[in-house]
Amino acid sequence: MTEVIDTATAMGRPIRRKEDARLLHGQTNWTDNIQLPGTLHMAILRSPMAHARITNLDVSGALKMPNVVAAFGAAELGELNGSVPCVWPVTDDIVMPAFPALAVDKVRHVGDCIAVVLATDAVHAADALEAIQVDYEPLPAVVSMESAISEGSAFVHDDKGTNTCYVYNLGGGYDEAAAKADVIVKRRFINQRLIPAFMEPRCVVAAPMGMSDEITIWTSTQIPHVLRVLLALVTGIPENNLRVVAPDVGGGFGGKLQCYREEILVTQLARKLGRPVKWTETRSEDMVATHHGRDQIQDIEIAATSEGKMLGLKVTLLANMGAYLQIITPGVPLLGMFMYPGIYKMDAYDFKCTGVFTNTTPTDAYRGAGRPESTYAIERIVDELAAELGMEPMELRKKNWIKHEEFPFTTVAGLTYDTGNYEAATARALELFDYDGLRAEQAERRASGDPVQLGIGISTFTEMCGLAPSRTLGALKYVAGGWEHCTIRLLPTGKVELVTGTSPHGQGHETAWSQIASSILGVPVEDIEVIHSDTGRSPYGMDTYGSRSLAVGGQAIKKAADRLVEKARVIAAHQLECSVEDIEFVNGSFRVKGDPEKAQPLGAVAFEAFTGHNLPPGVEPTLSAEATVDPEDFSYPHGTHLAAMEVDTETGKVKLRKYVCVDDVGVQVNPMIVEGQVHGGLAQGIAQALYEGVIYDEDGNLKTASLADYLLPSAMDLPSFITDTTVTPSTTHPLGTKGVGEAGAIASTPAIMNGIVDALRPLGVNDVTMPAAPMTVWRAIQAAKAGGAA
Amino acid sequence: MHISVSVDGTLYEADVEPRTLLVHWLREGIGKVGTVVGCDTSNCGACTVLLDGRSVKSCSVLAVQADGSSVTTIQGLSDGNEWHPVQTAFKECHGLQCGYCTPGMVMSTVDLLSENPNPTEAEIREGLEGNLCRCTGYHNIVKSVAYAAELMGGSTK
Ligand code: FES
Ligand code: FES
Repeated sequence: MTEVIDTATAMGRPIRRKEDARLLHGQTNWTDNIQLPGTLHMAILRSPMAHARITNLDVSGALKMPNVVAAFGAAELGELNGSVPCVWPVTDDIVMPAFPALAVDKVRHVGDCIAVVLATDAVHAADALEAIQVDYEPLPAVVSMESAISEGSAFVHDDKGTNTCYVYNLGGGYDEAAAKADVIVKRRFINQRLIPAFMEPRCVVAAPMGMSDEITIWTSTQIPHVLRVLLALVTGIPENNLRVVAPDVGGGFGGKLQCYREEILVTQLARKLGRPVKWTETRSEDMVATHHGRDQIQDIEIAATSEGKMLGLKVTLLANMGAYLQIITPGVPLLGMFMYPGIYKMDAYDFKCTGVFTNTTPTDAYRGAGRPESTYAIERIVDELAAELGMEPMELRKKNWIKHEEFPFTTVAGLTYDTGNYEAATARALELFDYDGLRAEQAERRASGDPVQLGIGISTFTEMCGLAPSRTLGALKYVAGGWEHCTIRLLPTGKVELVTGTSPHGQGHETAWSQIASSILGVPVEDIEVIHSDTGRSPYGMDTYGSRSLAVGGQAIKKAADRLVEKARVIAAHQLECSVEDIEFVNGSFRVKGDPEKAQPLGAVAFEAFTGHNLPPGVEPTLSAEATVDPEDFSYPHGTHLAAMEVDTETGKVKLRKYVCVDDVGVQVNPMIVEGQVHGGLAQGIAQALYEGVIYDEDGNLKTASLADYLLPSAMDLPSFITDTTVTPSTTHPLGTKGVGEAGAIASTPAIMNGIVDALRPLGVNDVTMPAAPMTVWRAIQAAKAGGAA
Repeated sequence: MHISVSVDGTLYEADVEPRTLLVHWLREGIGKVGTVVGCDTSNCGACTVLLDGRSVKSCSVLAVQADGSSVTTIQGLSDGNEWHPVQTAFKECHGLQCGYCTPGMVMSTVDLLSENPNPTEAEIREGLEGNLCRCTGYHNIVKSVAYAAELMGGSTK
């Protein structure tokens, strides 16, 4: 299956993935495949209650069970009971509660960890949990955000005396803008809680290696590099003694962007017991213990003139933190903060976010992290404004969006969008969609009173990728930087090792990064090995999340490759006995300008650098180059998504009939991978609109605690998509790339919901809550009929 | 209990606890870690293998139930160099991203195409309903199955 690729054109081609051979033959190294001799398996006793005081905990019964070696509660664990870190204290006065790996005195959400058992096999470890004695004093569960911040609520963290985590304000001036407005539209949107539900459950193995003092941790994570730093800080184990490896990782979507308590526990126990410790979560554990995403109540207000010129936007959020703060829990709404104005020009923007503690699983990043929420709010409210003004929703957008000739454009939120062409992406999408034809059909169905109405949903979105220039992150009080690293080593045989700090879990970095390096070095794609996700082999990195891997990591690859060529050029010039200025590098070969016969392939230069027999004075043997790049700015992919929704007004049943999207993600390294990323994002965004939603009952019990209850879409629940792209290169990134990991998930949710509301608007419906299950839609119709819009 | 099962062409004799699931025996008992576990409610299909030629979720079968049978996993689908057409099609059509659902998707597809060599898109989607994928949105999986049908001599309608 080896393909021979013309290296000069490796960039931009839909090259089939290198990763696939092993994945398609079951030759994969999932963390759960690792079975070390003498391993102890950890099982976790989790709280069945949302909020309770632990009045008694006795783990001694478990020790008498077969195959059990040890058992720990917080008391037994003592000072090894590390605290789960949060690296984004968004305000100076943020309330940051302790988050011990094993709960001390109180449990604060269903699934909170109370005790662990270690046995020589996983089955007996799980069995022994039943022998642990716990007495609880139930406390009132704080479940809804609004009740959490109302007078008289119980506190999730008693010592803090409040359930408000922080209040963040940005902007100002909305009131003046609103005073000049002819029209003001207000809506409350509920951006419901979701579960990342990557298919590979989490798993951690930690083992003292007996080589110096090294402890190696294999874990199903998106962030081996960041995790190593955090585990060192949390456990006190010297960072140089920790090696973190993310083997093949089965999806993440932000859910594996975390320093989980289970990772801390496994590491600490391996260290304490001096033998390998392993924990693999069950899916039921995953549903309560892996962080959740979204969960905002959004009060949105937009002010405009009667001609449809937008004047200002006011955003007031309640953001659910859950019971504790995890790695970037408080920061997630702020990642959306800058994007509420979307692609539109306006004069004023007020933003206020209140972070709220509740007795629920902690929230954190889930595909898009903050930007799906902001995009949903702006794209929904623009449709509502259009309805209020009696304008065609696409016309209203066109009237207010930033025109392509106006870039770079500094938005009212203070970001400078470098490039974009909303006109081009929209024109292409309208054409693929047959917008006019579908509008005509809609008119017919309305006129004939067809019980199945047709709605057209629009989402013209932008987002920001490539978290981010380090100085920007610093200004936002984020504790880490946004750079990325790459080292490229040319081996004596002409093969290449490309060491990246990004950490893929399905994105195909091994293929795409090879394409970038191939196109610069002229080395065949198959001769480049991409080394990643192991702090022992790739020591520097900031990992993979926020669509940053290409946007930032790609720049580092280019810079390292360019540097390597310059180093090699000096050696080649010496070999060819001419000056460096007279050498050109074409298709992997150094040639004397004007005399292409005199050439030295890169591989020959590499061998020379290896033997060191004939190097120019001052040049050291071996040939490698590295680069660490801090991006100049974010990048701003955009696109136009259109959904044709059929809504049965009698049953509330909704059908997605056609979905078209045209995304502009800048220059594409591998369009096949780009398209795949878009598809996957669409599925998740559409699922938020139609299927998924976490439900807690009033006692804080998770009602959607398995894949039988939480509706991940199957192949039956989704259509094929019609996708295309326009290419407006980013000007802040040397490769012209932007990022694509989250675009589909960000853009699609409002497209679907706008379509449903559009279908029902003649009935008086002006909002439908997500997920738009038949009963929910049917109720919205009934409520509208009864006179009160939902 | 004693079982005797042929897995990917090799005969295994083993003693297992009656409650051991087939998937756990495959993974932990004989090291066939190509087959994976994605849930505990028989919803995801990641664990799908062929049992006497028909696809089953190996998390919902006891190891003892496989006694005397023949199991094919993703690791036994191709013989050495020759890829199975379903594997080829998934690579060609980018029908996988993280690859965690892939063993199950591929094995379900093999079964689906043996039942119906010329499936429509709707039939493909229905046939794979028991296999969840969180990465691909199914678009390219559906394309992969259709292309596999073509490679295997059928054609999709
Ligand atoms: S592991 Fe999910 S169906 Fe078998
Ligand atoms: S490819 Fe990741 S779950 Fe299907």
